[in-house]
Amino acid sequence: MKLTIGGVSQPGTSRENRTGSWRVNSRPSHLHKTCTACDLCALSCPEGCIYGKGRNTYYSDLTYCKGCGNCADVCPVDDIVMVPEEKSLPQEWMVFSDNQEYKSMATS
Amino acid sequence: MTKKLLEGSQGIAEAVALCRPQVIAAYPITPQTHIPQELADMVANGKLKAEWVNVESEHSAASVVLGASATGVRVFTASSSQGILLMNEVLFNIAGMRLPVVLVCVNRAISAPLNIWNDQQDSISQRDTGVIQLYAEDNQEAADLVYQAYRIAEDHRVQLPVMVCLDGYVLSHAWETVDIPSQAQVDSFLPPFKPLYKLDPENPLSFGMYMEPDKYLETRYMIQHTMEQSIGIIQDVAHDFEKIFGRPATAIIEEYQTHDATTILVGMGSMVSLFKEEVDQLRSQGQKVGVLKLVCYRPFPKEELYQSLKRAKHVVVIEKATSLGFGGPVASELRSVFYGCPHQPAISGFIAGLGGRDITAETVKTALNKAHRHPVDTEYLDLRTDLELEGISNPAGQHKK
Repeated sequence: MKLTIGGVSQPGTSRENRTGSWRVNSRPSHLHKTCTACDLCALSCPEGCIYGKGRNTYYSDLTYCKGCGNCADVCPVDDIVMVPEEKSLPQEWMVFSDNQEYKSMATS
Repeated sequence: MTKKLLEGSQGIAEAVALCRPQVIAAYPITPQTHIPQELADMVANGKLKAEWVNVESEHSAASVVLGASATGVRVFTASSSQGILLMNEVLFNIAGMRLPVVLVCVNRAISAPLNIWNDQQDSISQRDTGVIQLYAEDNQEAADLVYQAYRIAEDHRVQLPVMVCLDGYVLSHAWETVDIPSQAQVDSFLPPFKPLYKLDPENPLSFGMYMEPDKYLETRYMIQHTMEQSIGIIQDVAHDFEKIFGRPATAIIEEYQTHDATTILVGMGSMVSLFKEEVDQLRSQGQKVGVLKLVCYRPFPKEELYQSLKRAKHVVVIEKATSLGFGGPVASELRSVFYGCPHQPAISGFIAGLGGRDITAETVKTALNKAHRHPVDTEYLDLRTDLELEGISNPAGQHKK
């Protein structure tokens, strides 16, 4: 791998910097029961890693989520709860992700 | 090529204008204000086609030229003393991002106490930044170093900022006959700027990235390596300058009557003119003395200095700066060059001329006499004997004759 002078770099480094590894204590769990698709969780996420379109479709991309809990704090219908951090990514979460790399992070 | 009677700062401004910078940002401070003032006049009356950015401080001036340089245009700024210090963190950024910014430092003492007169503490305090530093002896050299500075900075093997230093008031406000080349001559010496990397929405890049411990060390190593390599490039640029402009360019060091000298004076900037006069006088009295003028302070030209000074018995450094709590920067760095080497001249270090105190022929004679008696580690020259210094009963460097 080449280090350019001045460390000048191409765009896209954010994609490679998987800040999900920073998460230690807890992770968000989207219950998908009372979600109204108000979009507040997605807007308040400092990483911009919450995606969704329509009721009960929102998910946090755990490869980037730092576990700050803003989404759970801000959800007006308490559809997001912070649960203890686990070592693996939950299988059902992977349904929403198209990225093959994400799939490889899940344990069976 | 025209010879013009100019104030030093005007000579600098003329040289800068001929280099065709596209963005200039500067903030006033004595004694450099005349430089941006002249350039602002030139931009206002259409003589120089550049974007002039008014800023609220030197920190902003440096930041503006950093940003503009990153977009791939030639830039310029200038400052002195507190202004240079205010630019400090940005100078590190410019060097770290490897941007070929050229700036002029009109050397002035640093507060506190507040002093507007000449010494070299301001630029020397920036010696760790990764900025190449060149010191001019007179106003012709100061202007000539500007053209060379852009060539050096923009060389793809360098890509580092260059600071041209000239002594405040002594040079900046002195009127000398300066040879100002034609635009065609400068254009043949300095081609248009071709950036290695630049900010461009069509091909997006990021400068000044966040970098973790796993790579930062290497970036510093790269700058050190580049600075060492740049000594050869600076010399090549000087040779090219001589070919195109037809007058000598000093590049790294100038040896004045050092070939058989047993004692060699070392200095930077305008004081060297005085040293040369003293040497002429002493030579006429049969003394084998010479002067080593240090032009390129960063990178510190270890090999060139060693080869030039190794046969001398006494090396006498007089400098207009000090590292408080230690001693003279040039003397101490020079001593490190000789560490472990077969040749060991006695290297004496003197601090003089701080805050604009005149360095005179007497100063030089005193330094030589003291150094010849026995090697001096660090001594302040010309300390007044008529002042009581509170808290000090017997100041060092004060000798009763």
